[in-house]
Amino acid sequence: MSQFSKSARRWVAAMLFGLPGLGLAAEEIVVYSARNEQLIKPLFDAYTQETGTQIKFLTDSEGPLLEKLKTEGAATPADLLITVDAGNLWLAAKEGVLANVQSKTLEANIPAHLRDPDGYWFGLSVRARTIVYHTGRAKPAELSTYEDLASPKWKGRLCLRTSKKVYNQSLVAMMIARQGEAKTEEIVKGWVANLATEPLPDDTKVMEAIAAGQCDVGIVNTYYYGRLMKKRPDLKLALFWPNQQDRGVHVNVSGAGITAHAKHKAAAIKFLEWLSSEKAQNLFADENLEYPANRKVKPHPNVAAWGSFKQDTINVSEAGRLQVQAVKLMDRAGYK
Amino acid sequence: MNTTAVSSDESGPAREAGISAWLDVDVRLWRVASFAVAAMVAAPIVVVALAWFAPAGDVWRHLVDNVLGEVLRNTLVLLIGVGVGVFALGVALAWLVAVCEFPGRRFFDWALMLPLAVPAYVLAFVAVGLLDFSGPVQSWLRAVFGPGHWFPQVRSAGGVIAVMVLAFYPYVYMLTRTAFLAQGRSLLETGRVFGLSPVAAFVRVALPMARPAIAAGVALALMETLADFGAVAVFNYDTFTTAIYKAWQGLFSLSAAAQLSSLLLLFVAATLVGERRLRGRAQYHVGMRPAREQRYRLRGARGWAAAGFCAAVLLAAFVLPVAQLAHWAWQVARTDLDARYLRFFANTLALGAAAAAITTLCALLLAFTYRLKPDRIVRGAVRFATLGYALPGSVLAVGIMISFVWLDRYFLRPVLEWMGLASGPVLAGGLLALVLAYGVRFMAVAHGPVDSAFERIKPSLWLAARSLGASGREILWRVTFPMLRGGLLGAALLVFVEVMKEMPATLLLRPFGWDTLATRIFEMTSEGEWERAALPAVTLVLAGFVPVILLVRRAAPKS
Repeated sequence: MSQFSKSARRWVAAMLFGLPGLGLAAEEIVVYSARNEQLIKPLFDAYTQETGTQIKFLTDSEGPLLEKLKTEGAATPADLLITVDAGNLWLAAKEGVLANVQSKTLEANIPAHLRDPDGYWFGLSVRARTIVYHTGRAKPAELSTYEDLASPKWKGRLCLRTSKKVYNQSLVAMMIARQGEAKTEEIVKGWVANLATEPLPDDTKVMEAIAAGQCDVGIVNTYYYGRLMKKRPDLKLALFWPNQQDRGVHVNVSGAGITAHAKHKAAAIKFLEWLSSEKAQNLFADENLEYPANRKVKPHPNVAAWGSFKQDTINVSEAGRLQVQAVKLMDRAGYK
Repeated sequence: MNTTAVSSDESGPAREAGISAWLDVDVRLWRVASFAVAAMVAAPIVVVALAWFAPAGDVWRHLVDNVLGEVLRNTLVLLIGVGVGVFALGVALAWLVAVCEFPGRRFFDWALMLPLAVPAYVLAFVAVGLLDFSGPVQSWLRAVFGPGHWFPQVRSAGGVIAVMVLAFYPYVYMLTRTAFLAQGRSLLETGRVFGLSPVAAFVRVALPMARPAIAAGVALALMETLADFGAVAVFNYDTFTTAIYKAWQGLFSLSAAAQLSSLLLLFVAATLVGERRLRGRAQYHVGMRPAREQRYRLRGARGWAAAGFCAAVLLAAFVLPVAQLAHWAWQVARTDLDARYLRFFANTLALGAAAAAITTLCALLLAFTYRLKPDRIVRGAVRFATLGYALPGSVLAVGIMISFVWLDRYFLRPVLEWMGLASGPVLAGGLLALVLAYGVRFMAVAHGPVDSAFERIKPSLWLAARSLGASGREILWRVTFPMLRGGLLGAALLVFVEVMKEMPATLLLRPFGWDTLATRIFEMTSEGEWERAALPAVTLVLAGFVPVILLVRRAAPKS
């Protein structure tokens, strides 16, 4: 009886105060994730089933999660940070909340341009940000590059998502990396001049506007296209792979890094290696219609059907390094 | 009904000593407790303000050159539009249901509060989805009338203002309704005895008497407007809050974001002080409940016009958005709805109820202590603390997290370890931290209704009860509490509903596994899956019915 009440009291205390050390299995990993629950939970479940390792996780947006890690410092329960967009991973590494990892497995599985040069984080899935067009009102022959969308022939025919989304910030950052700030600013100004309507709040809205006839072309992430076409296959929309004659399509990653104060570092590295393995890569990418980062793994058939393309192999961490510059540039260019 | 002004000899030190003696309470104890509460609520704002010590580099130069001009203009337009809109809509609706009689009044009386359960960003998304160029309304118009037809620009200042007015008018409606009900019609009768028409009686008597409540409601609505990020993001309408997020997420400078936030607070503080100055030393004590069956009967067409007006507001602010959500939810329910939803539902209600109780009690503590002894320090701290409501949710959530970790590390933990009660962190990662965080976030929401309820109690009432031989306890329970009940329930309801909708603090501070309906919405919307988000959103609205229906119908004297 007293035994029971003691454990009950401990349980209540743990609920209210979150005392650590209660019910902690020998093999447990704690994950903070900005990639949402329905995309990561299947992976966690599969890993638990395979290895018996329990995974606890907390989802939130990138910014607050980073502040949480910084504030908790050495006391953080988190072992692994999963987040979306290389810019966010780059910032997490810069703020010192990630630890660098030397792993032959990860280096073999993940191409060099999709991971941090110093091993602080690793891309796990690839999303391409490409051009989408209306098959009736635009011809693939008219299309060529991101830069070309600034030419006057697209006046009143272009729809863009807001510049406040990190995907566009990364795209512009990569353009700065490739051709310098002045040239990029000219291009972004050209885009703004060609807009058919004020920038839209998300990629799906961009495609819906194109389908409804408000504009003819736009720039979106491939998985949004896949998601929309699955729901409404009748829409006259198609993807175009730009810049195939030069640097290739802009890609970004969602990825992960071990935290600087991980309590289960070895277990977390093992999990990260598993995530990059052939076994897990499809599970990681397919649910969201992304491309696996591991070259040995084929994308989902529906994704593969969009065709193969040359991707920009500049290291994706450049997106983080140049993001501030890109945001300022877009503000100056009047891209809202 | 007595509305006589409080004579000046009741204020000042004599009155202070008097009240605590009449009520048999120890002022010191109350002051210590309320100072602790005020300090906890104010701490996150201090954390935000401390950012001025961290240099933000050249971020400011960029913001001043390219960003601030436009966002200040936009924010001002939005504030004026929403302020005028919620005032007009909220007061008009409150007047109709509280003082008039027309078909369906009893239904509208509580139904008009339902839009509180619909988060502003959901309303925004539904409105843009339905009405924008690619939406069904304009597509249909194009199909019928051809491509050239005119349609108002949806993603515009007018569009955002309309959405926010519909989302936030219930604050004004709810508080003003309670105030009108407490005034009763005999007050107006008095006005008419002096030769005022019904309209003049409304403008010259009822409206000024309800001013504290209206001001509290409009202030809440405007603070929500300033704090909003979700709805303006759907419209891509850049406000001051957008600039704060840009500094944080885009320009990687949390310190610049926090500095901008503290400027926002300064603006809010100045506005609130200005309002209080304008209100001056006027006092708003009102006596007893109104007698029943004294409503203005709106007959015939006027009655139906009133009903039509209420119905139109309810349709736009609640029925249409919820119907659209239900439609989407139905499409994904087969794959997404599972047993976990019971858990989300229960978590949401449990957190809402716990936070509503604690926050309302704390607001009561603060307001009561101030009545015992109008103390500048506590008063100042409370006013300072309630400002936090105007901060963007994520910024305040980070401030709360940082202040709690400090409190834990340098105060609670050493003290409790010294007493042998705990080892390790006390607040970090626990449910208590989350509930306290809600208290911090929504103190302003609870404070308004509780404080304006106190404003209606004349101190001389306590003296009268005392002189009739009532004990302090009896005065509190049998005289004071019944008069406060409406305000307390109103405060609890508002906090309850706000907590259920709250996202940033819940995400950041929830213990592992404590997912709620709001965090479910986040999981879907963070990758733009709005249709899938409809399922938790519609469940959230259903959950919102619980407090709205249980509490509202008792929140004010019925008739």
